[in-house]
Amino acid sequence: MSILAPYETVVGLEVHVELHTKSKIFCGCSTSFGAPPNTHTCPVCLGHPGVLPVLNRQAVEYAMKAAMAINCEIAEWCKFDRKNYFYPDSPKAYQISQYDQPIGSNGWIDIEVNGKTKRIGITRLHLEEDAGKLTHTGGGLGSLVDFNRVGTPLVEIVSEPDIRSPEEAKAYLEKLRAIMLYCDVSDVKMEEGSMRCDANISLRPHGQEKFGIRAELKNMNSFRGVQRGLEYEQIRQAEILDGGGEVVQETRRWDEAQAKTFSMRGKEEAHDYRYFPDPDLVRLHIDKEWQERVRATIPELPDARQARYAEQYGLPSYDAGVLTSSMKLADFFEESLKYTSDAKASANWIMGDLLGYLNANGLELDQAKVTGQGLGEMIGLIEKGTISSKIAKAVFKTMIETGKAPQAIVEEQGLVQISDEGAILAIVDKVIAANPQSVEDFRGGKDKAIGFLVGQIMKETKGKANPGLVNKMLMDRLRS
Amino acid sequence: MSLFDLRLSEVHNRLQHKDLSVSELVDASFRRIEGTDDRIGAFLTLNEEAARAEARKLDESGSAERGLLHGLPVGVKDNMVTEGLRTTCASKFLANYNPIYDGTAVAKLREAESVIIGKLNMDEFAMGGSNENSAFKVTRNPWDLTRVPGGSSGGSAAAVAAGQVYYALGSDTGGSIRQPAAYCGVVGLKPTYGLVSRFGLVAFASSLDQIGPITKNVEDAAFALQAIAGHDSRDSTSANVDIPDYASALTGDVKGLRIGVPKEYLGAGIDPEVKSRVMEALKQFEALGAVWEEVSLPHTDYAIATYYLLASSEASSNLARFDGVRYGVRASDPDNLIDLYRRSRSEGFGAEVKRRIMLGTYALSSGYYDAYYKKAQQVRTLIKQDFDQAFEKYDILVGPTAPTTAFPIGEQVGDPLTMYLNDICTIPVSLAGVPAISVPCGFADGMPVGLQIIGKPFDEATVLRAAHAYEGSTEHHKARAEL
Amino acid sequence: MSITVKDVEHVANLARLALTEAEKEQFTGQLNAILKYADKLNELNTDGIEPTSHVRPMVNVMREDKVAESLSIEKVLLNAPDEEDGQIKVPAVLE
Repeated sequence: MSILAPYETVVGLEVHVELHTKSKIFCGCSTSFGAPPNTHTCPVCLGHPGVLPVLNRQAVEYAMKAAMAINCEIAEWCKFDRKNYFYPDSPKAYQISQYDQPIGSNGWIDIEVNGKTKRIGITRLHLEEDAGKLTHTGGGLGSLVDFNRVGTPLVEIVSEPDIRSPEEAKAYLEKLRAIMLYCDVSDVKMEEGSMRCDANISLRPHGQEKFGIRAELKNMNSFRGVQRGLEYEQIRQAEILDGGGEVVQETRRWDEAQAKTFSMRGKEEAHDYRYFPDPDLVRLHIDKEWQERVRATIPELPDARQARYAEQYGLPSYDAGVLTSSMKLADFFEESLKYTSDAKASANWIMGDLLGYLNANGLELDQAKVTGQGLGEMIGLIEKGTISSKIAKAVFKTMIETGKAPQAIVEEQGLVQISDEGAILAIVDKVIAANPQSVEDFRGGKDKAIGFLVGQIMKETKGKANPGLVNKMLMDRLRS
Repeated sequence: MSLFDLRLSEVHNRLQHKDLSVSELVDASFRRIEGTDDRIGAFLTLNEEAARAEARKLDESGSAERGLLHGLPVGVKDNMVTEGLRTTCASKFLANYNPIYDGTAVAKLREAESVIIGKLNMDEFAMGGSNENSAFKVTRNPWDLTRVPGGSSGGSAAAVAAGQVYYALGSDTGGSIRQPAAYCGVVGLKPTYGLVSRFGLVAFASSLDQIGPITKNVEDAAFALQAIAGHDSRDSTSANVDIPDYASALTGDVKGLRIGVPKEYLGAGIDPEVKSRVMEALKQFEALGAVWEEVSLPHTDYAIATYYLLASSEASSNLARFDGVRYGVRASDPDNLIDLYRRSRSEGFGAEVKRRIMLGTYALSSGYYDAYYKKAQQVRTLIKQDFDQAFEKYDILVGPTAPTTAFPIGEQVGDPLTMYLNDICTIPVSLAGVPAISVPCGFADGMPVGLQIIGKPFDEATVLRAAHAYEGSTEHHKARAEL
Repeated sequence: MSITVKDVEHVANLARLALTEAEKEQFTGQLNAILKYADKLNELNTDGIEPTSHVRPMVNVMREDKVAESLSIEKVLLNAPDEEDGQIKVPAVLE
């Protein structure tokens, strides 16, 4: 029996998502990633004496959009507060955040795990500013501060403790990421830090209502890292509980290389952030009209699109789920359907050949050159019998790599299927004449011989002969 | 008569007619500083080289259209950042801080082609009412060198009173322009919160801080205010209101003006001589055709407690950026990061600053926020309502600026609470965010007394009109300290 | 409420101030006097009174999302007490 069997795991996630505005939340410095240290800074984001913040409208609207997309209620009135703490990456020694009036609250998203749909509650979404970046100098004697990232707008999304397993946590993050991408409010790249996740995890015996003592996990820098960190942590906690011990409420750091979590105890002290309303920023009043204007910019979201694909195209739920897992993929799929009516074929090509190729080569969809139009046209060529499905596989690979239209590839490489009966008949006769033994075997009852003969015909035609016609005409000849 | 006794418009005419050059004026300013500042101690930093170069440039450019403030020597309180000119806030922490940008009010002075002569002493980070909290030097009252000039804009008021500059900028959080103006016998105007941009003003209490002019007469104050008022997109709390022509409001006519006199400002604790000067001023207003009666601002007694909780709380957060990381003092050889913070801040800040950071940190800390900070914010609402109600009936409110005249240097050091109580007449006005001016209204035992005229939000025009009419009917503002 | 030297130490830690023993004693006394004075606010019933955090009511002050020029690195580092490779240097931050 698994060590986890007696326990139920309870997880809540705090996710930070950087909003991809052009300029920072409270000043005009660029938010672009990868500039030399401290070259995207000004007196405001460096926290020099006398500076004041002015709120970026786009940051507010992206936050509203994100909040609406995860079904939050939007606050009619909200404000910004100062969260006071000293740290070298925080130039003002306070972070401008939202304390008791977050822009969004009481939301949810649905996730799917093992074929079952589950709803995860979202407590709140609030807008705040990011901190700078610390790196450590050789020898561990000092740290260096780069303030380029300071003031990048962030939303913090806090889930309810509704997540019950590491798999659910991963599914939640993937869903959240997809929604943010659909809304086009963030790049949501965990590797670049534009999406970051902390987790609270506790265990309790099945049937117990009260939550167990939780640990907070930090430093999980990928979806897989979150899942592995939680997997490690639930076993660690189960072992403590099994041994009659008590889990310590603390912050723990996930170490990816060692695949372990470590206590950060002693390096932290009890926080008292002394939140109070920032007197430098005025209140936000989000009226219905503003809300509706932002709501109108939200595209059809993954769940709705998945349901529509099942309904409209008769796709299996699984297929619809894969296709809508990213908006780019779903858009690709829909683009292809302008050129073919065979949705299932398109779905199969995308899920099989296209995603297979991307995975094998570690690529993103927009790095592949093929278009939805190209795929749709290629399916059309198969339907018309211009190329065989087998030839199409090669054509599609060329399309992915070169972006050429399928018709052009077929013509350039002379791949048009031979469907001319006279031409095929001539080859059939030639092959029969050249392989009397096989003909004899077939007539003697060895059905297998037919395969060899078909192979010879396809070889003669470099695979271009229409396989249906080849079969039919060969049988006719042999039986006559 | 010194050049600095002339009205701003007269100096302007002389410059315009080339009877006087900017260089001569600027030279006169530096000569006066040289001759008096060893006794006054108004300046922390002189901008001599740049100011003289600027004067020559202005003289050579010889453009026909000169603004009213063109060529005038101006002093700036040392809590307004000036690019390339050391800005210390009279704190050891910023003893060598070289600003990398200009604040908005300073930029507007430069646009108006006034010449920045230097940076003026103050209480450290504007916390205090005597200039005794400066980390660098004592500023003395030009009327009596054994007395304080008031504060926190004590250097600004003393420099104007001593004829060292033509006008000065101060900042007022709970009375820091008006009280030193009163103590030094000059005019000091605190505008409506939001009228003058705070961008570049080193924050003490963000919800209260306002920049304003200190001048020798009301007309000059109107001209100076005109130059610095107006919406600034870099300050979210900057009001987007139309700015009237303040000089044209100075009609001299106050007939029928309705004046309320807050009885709480004339109650216990007020010096009888100060009260007499205020009552005489009210008679003067009567003679000019205005009418007055007593009014009650019932929550006045709660203003000081409210103010010290709110201002200290905001200050504890505003001053957290002085952490020794990016600029300012950094303690040598810190053991670790926390040691760096603690020692840099403790070495850099003076006692009053530490005291207010402690008070503010406590008031915001877990478990006390509702009892102190939130409670004070609620009482602030009540105090503001007092003013709203009074202004339904009156055009202006008039009373003393401070309950006493300037006190001897050293007298109140070590007794913060008594010091705080000096601000009883100015703090409620700051909490309500309304404009007020202090104008000279005579002397008590040889020291100047200030009359405070308080107006409706953004009605600086009426405040200036009343102050100007009163001033024009008396000789008080013509008195000069002998140095 | 009366605050103790221990409270003063706690608050000083939050505020990152190192106080001498004499300062701790002095601040304990002075803060108690000020807070005792501030207790007079409790004479007022403020139930249902909106707190004022901005004296002039304003809403929705925002700027457009436009990139403005940043500072030169020389200006960024002009006042830096310690720097290395264009970055501000501080004692090691432990993770």
